[in-house]
Formats: sequence, C-alpha cells, structure tokens
Amino acid sequence: MGFSKSSFSEKTHKLDASSFAPLSARRLLVLGGIGLILIGMLFGDIFAVFVLHQNAAHVGASLAAAAHAALAGNHAAVLASFQNVGAFLENRGTKVDTHVHMIDFGYLALLLAILQPWIAFEEKTKRGFAWLFLAGAALLPVGVFLIHYVGLAYSPLQAIGWASIFADLGGLLVILATLGFLLGFVNHFRTYAPAHVKDGLLSDRSAAGRLLLAGGMVLVLAGFLHGAYYAAVDLYRHEALDSSILTEMAMAAAANDAGTVDRSLEAYGQLQGDKAVKIAAHAHSIEFGLLAMMLAFFQPYVRLRESWKLRWGYVLILGSVLLPVCVLMELRYGLVAGGLADFGGFLVILALLAMWVGILRYTGQLDSQAGDVR
Amino acid sequence: MSSSRRLLIVGGIALALWGMGYGLWYAVFAEHQALNGIGGSLATAFDAAASRNLGAAETAFRNYKEAKYIYDRQVDVHGHWIGLAMLLIVVGIAFDRVRFAERHKLVLACTLLAGAAIFPFGVLLQTFDHGAIPRGIAILGSVLVIAALIGITLGLAGRKAPSE
Repeated sequence: MGFSKSSFSEKTHKLDASSFAPLSARRLLVLGGIGLILIGMLFGDIFAVFVLHQNAAHVGASLAAAAHAALAGNHAAVLASFQNVGAFLENRGTKVDTHVHMIDFGYLALLLAILQPWIAFEEKTKRGFAWLFLAGAALLPVGVFLIHYVGLAYSPLQAIGWASIFADLGGLLVILATLGFLLGFVNHFRTYAPAHVKDGLLSDRSAAGRLLLAGGMVLVLAGFLHGAYYAAVDLYRHEALDSSILTEMAMAAAANDAGTVDRSLEAYGQLQGDKAVKIAAHAHSIEFGLLAMMLAFFQPYVRLRESWKLRWGYVLILGSVLLPVCVLMELRYGLVAGGLADFGGFLVILALLAMWVGILRYTGQLDSQAGDVR
Repeated sequence: MSSSRRLLIVGGIALALWGMGYGLWYAVFAEHQALNGIGGSLATAFDAAASRNLGAAETAFRNYKEAKYIYDRQVDVHGHWIGLAMLLIVVGIAFDRVRFAERHKLVLACTLLAGAAIFPFGVLLQTFDHGAIPRGIAILGSVLVIAALIGITLGLAGRKAPSE
C-alpha cells in the first residue's frame, strides 16, 4: 500500500482543503460516521460468532422446556420457561438493535458529511449539529445495549428503564441534529443561486469510485428484488406457519402427545432459521450496497495509491456479495456457509478500515500542510 | 443543483426524520406494550395447555398471532422508511451521473420518492386492516421503488455524452 506524493498534492488542491479542516463538521461526520459503522460491524460479527447461535439454542431449549412442562401439567415450570424465553429474546433483540442503529447512524453521518457544502449555516453552527448528531448516535446504541443489563432498576416508570430513557434521548438528539441540517439545506436554496456550490468530492470519477458506485447500486437492486421475492413467496407462509406450529405444539401438549410436541419444536426451530437467513440476506445486501455507494464519494479523501484504492474497492464488493449469498446457504450447508459469511463480513470491515486509515492519512497531510503555512 | 436531485435529497432527509420520529414514538409508547402482549399471550397459551384447557389456549394463540403480526410490521415500517430515506439521499447525491434528460430524471426521482413513502405506509396500514387494499398499496410502493432503481441503474450505466 503506498502513496504518490505528486498526485496527492494535485488532488488536495482540487478538493479545497478548507471543506475538510480540523474539527470541521464534514471531518467530524466522516471520521465519526465510518467509526460508528466499523464499531457496529465489529459488534455484529462478535455477536454473530459468540452470542447469536448460543442464544438461539437457549431460546429453543426454553421453548422445549415450556412445551414439556405443559405436557406434564406443570404450570410453574411453563411460566418460568417463558420468563427465560423473554429474557433470551430481549438479550438478542437489544444486541441486534445496537448493531443496526450504530451502522445506520454511521451511514446517515456520511450522507450528511457529503451534504455539508449545501448547508447554509456558519461552520460553528454546523460543527455544533455534527457533535449533537454524533453524541446521539453513540448514546442510542449504548443505551439499547444496556437495556438487558439495567432492566427497570431505579426507574421512575413502570415499563421503561433508565437505559431505554437514555436511548430515546439519543434518538431525539439525532432527530434534532438532522432537522437542523435539513433547515440549513433548505436555507441554502432560499439564499444562494442553484449553481453556487462546487464540491471536488462529487466530481471525482476514479476507477475505485466508479466500481463502488456501480457495485453498490447492483447490490441495492439485488437486495430489493430478493426482498420483493421474500414478501411474495415466504412472508405470509412463514407467519401462518409460526402460529400454526406453536398452536400444534400446545395442543399436542394438552393431549399428552410427546412425539408431536418434539416434531413441532423441530419444525419451529427450522422455521425461525429459514426466516432469519432470508431477512438477513435481504438487509445485508442493501446495507452493503448503500455503504459501497457512499464510500464511492469519499474516494478522493482516501490517501492511498489508485491501485490500492481499487483493490480495497474489490475487497469490499467481494465481502458484500459473499456475506448475503452465504447467509442464504447457511441452512443447507451449515457451518461452512456460516464461516464463509463471517469471512465476507470480515472482508467488508477490513476494506472499510483500510479506507478509514486512508482518510486519516489525508487529514494528517492536510493538517501538516496547514502547520507549514502557519 | 437540479430539481430532481434536490427533490431526492430534501425528500430523503424529510423521510429519514419522519422514520426516526416514528421509531422514537414507537419505542416510547408502543414497543414495550407490544412485546409484553406477545410474551404474555404465548405464556397464557401454554399455561392453558398445561391445564388441558384447549379453548383458552386457542384464544391465547389468536391473540399471539395478531400481536406478532402487528409488531413485525411496525418494526418493518421504521426500518424501511429510514433505509429508503438513506437510499434517496445517496441516489440524489449521485444523480448528476444518471445520463438521462432532466425531465426523465425528475420522473424517476418522483417515482422513487413516492415508492419510498408509500411502501412502508401500506405495510403500516396492514396493522389496521388485513384486507387487500393495504397489501396492494405496499406492493405498489415496492414496484415503484424497484422500477425507479432499475431506471436509475440504466441511467448510471449509460454511455457518456461527447460533451462530458
């Protein structure tokens, strides 16, 4: 991985260094946004490897315990088992929400970073909104993560604990900051002539940028088509099966039919697996597509050789295809497909980290140039 | 900035705000109650099965099915509105690379924005009415989004004009 000084210096001038000054709104949002996406993805990978499958096994075991307790007519054990199911599902749900919200706030931060030249406010105001956004974007996922551990301890409310309250406050901060940026954007068109802004970031047509934009668009489209197929073919069937299998399980327990209870438990586990992989493939294909498209715009800020930028672009697209495809094959090919899907996720994280480091190098170069001038 | 591009970016940020506002309302006022409803009805159903009370178990499962149906859609609506909003903004930023005439780009932008608003709205309507109309609205929205995306992909893949 390297860097050609002359080409970089040329591009730096084209880009207008003031738009990416230290602690400017754009720099805060770009570095903070990619940081949020990286942490969210790493969290998701750790969650997938160390928590997800174990948690699913616990849920399945607790449901089986509830069904067998119903079979034995043991009311106390039924309720205890469902309390366990609830706790395991809350643990899983809050971790998925942490992963998704952190990444999505990172995406939104990148989008707002691109739009900064069109936000007609003083830099100080924009910086304030950027800090507000990043504070909320960090507070919400951390609050959501803590919901399972803090519970209702010392809460003034009956159903909502302190962790939820802080998570909601984080969401509110993000909404206020985004609203502020929207007002600045609308203000721009009321104040300036439409052709006023020229941003070097958007005029880049490098090979890496084109690859990421085209690859991202295809991934988004594939994700939408898959989602439409899922909604047409599987969604209502899955919903009907979810309810009918559970009903069959309880009725069999009431009729002392242990064999049917066990068959229903197995069918229910398979259904949940089928549903999870299809939704995960749909969501990841679109999310990775959006990420690739956003990163296409930031390529001029990535201070690496063009050949390396292109290689990292390919790595990102490869990982983005590998993960959803292998997730879809997980039910048929088990751990092999699961391992390949995790590897795909790792490739995306690696490429994103490389681009983030490239942007950090660019900021270092800009700051040292500014220091030389002073 | 062209009108089509502005429409997508302003529409995208507005839709993101709308989706986040909906999510915040949902988290504060509806989610906990919905989860309690799902867990409670499932526990009641199995408890009734333990008592060999088939009628009570069936009623509890009906409640579970309804609560789960509504919960899944409410979460989907939040996720899809924000996801589609981000897509609108990204596409808006890249819209100057779509090689169509501005009036065609405006049609594509309107189609994408309409689909992005209508599709989750149709899904939300399904929580009030399980009939064909809300489902039809959701399908129409998703068709509009996919059609616009295909158009935009073709525009992005188009040949450069000699002046470019």
